[in-house]
Amino acid sequence: MTTRIVELRRGILKKNDELAHGLRERYSAAGVLVLNLVSSPGTGKTAFLERTLTELRGRGARVAALVGDLETDNDARRLAASGAPVRQINTHGICHLEAEMVAKHLEGWDLGELDYLFIENVGNLVCPSSYDLGERIRVALLSVTEGEDKPLKYPTLFNSADAAILTKIDIAEPCGFDRDLALANINRIRPGIRIFETSARTGAGLDAWLDYLGERRAERALV
Amino acid sequence: MHELSIVSSVVDSVTESLAAYPGARVLEVRLRVGALAAVIEDSLQFCYGIATQGTPLEGSVLVVKTLPVLMYCAPCAELVELPGLQSFTCPRCGEPVGDLRQGRELEIESFEIDEGPAAPGAQKESGVEVKL
Repeated sequence: MTTRIVELRRGILKKNDELAHGLRERYSAAGVLVLNLVSSPGTGKTAFLERTLTELRGRGARVAALVGDLETDNDARRLAASGAPVRQINTHGICHLEAEMVAKHLEGWDLGELDYLFIENVGNLVCPSSYDLGERIRVALLSVTEGEDKPLKYPTLFNSADAAILTKIDIAEPCGFDRDLALANINRIRPGIRIFETSARTGAGLDAWLDYLGERRAERALV
Repeated sequence: MHELSIVSSVVDSVTESLAAYPGARVLEVRLRVGALAAVIEDSLQFCYGIATQGTPLEGSVLVVKTLPVLMYCAPCAELVELPGLQSFTCPRCGEPVGDLRQGRELEIESFEIDEGPAAPGAQKESGVEVKL
């Protein structure tokens, strides 16, 4: 038999990466700051985002959100109560969002009319880290009920994040949450990352987070 | 568990490239996977058997080459290899490192095909030809 080795050197997720690159250029041209929120199920992404959307609107910002789940539009309905335009992406079994799903759900939206677009990923600490959605900021969330070693258990995701959010800090004490250990673990995996300690219920830590968003958007406008 | 969609992309890419080699049978597919790519080799192997059924890749072997994480350490002014994923600090000087140079790769390096009985005088195309 005659055998041949065919060199390919091709990214397996090339199609997603190309679409994400196109999205990134669109976001940039429109001047919208896009964030991809990633965490386990139950960390409180939706509650955190509800509060963020409401507060940003209160500051006069134009915001919108896409939210991914396997099934139901429950989260989109919760987020829409903030008054922001929201669309639900149902992945029907797929454990992460892909650039193509995002592109499809942006149809009909004028990105130039937005200051911030939040993409709430499917609750999963593994698979979303492989899929670029064209976001400028990837946000990893961790709740005080999850255990301080989660960043060590899921380094691939925490290492790819640009900012980290601790959620539910209002119940940190009854949960026996070791704050210093959690912060140290996040820093071990992603040295120097900005960390915000928040509670969507009490509003603690939200101001620092909103100021950060404002700074990052202003930075963007200068580019 | 996104290994099935990853492996499906591999099958699609290789099948597409096979169009240039009519009648060829795929023997082996080689991937390069970074230690930070968030995929598990066992899951890839398991899914590969399923995803290749009924395709020109059926029966081929999947070879996964794992690439360690390489970071650039500014104080040491050189590339350093992380021994694991539990601490992103330079193994030489202990300083935190954030400048990732290798570790997120997820790519098809090459695939090997059997083009059937050697045709004398057949034109060689690109790629390395080995006669057995």
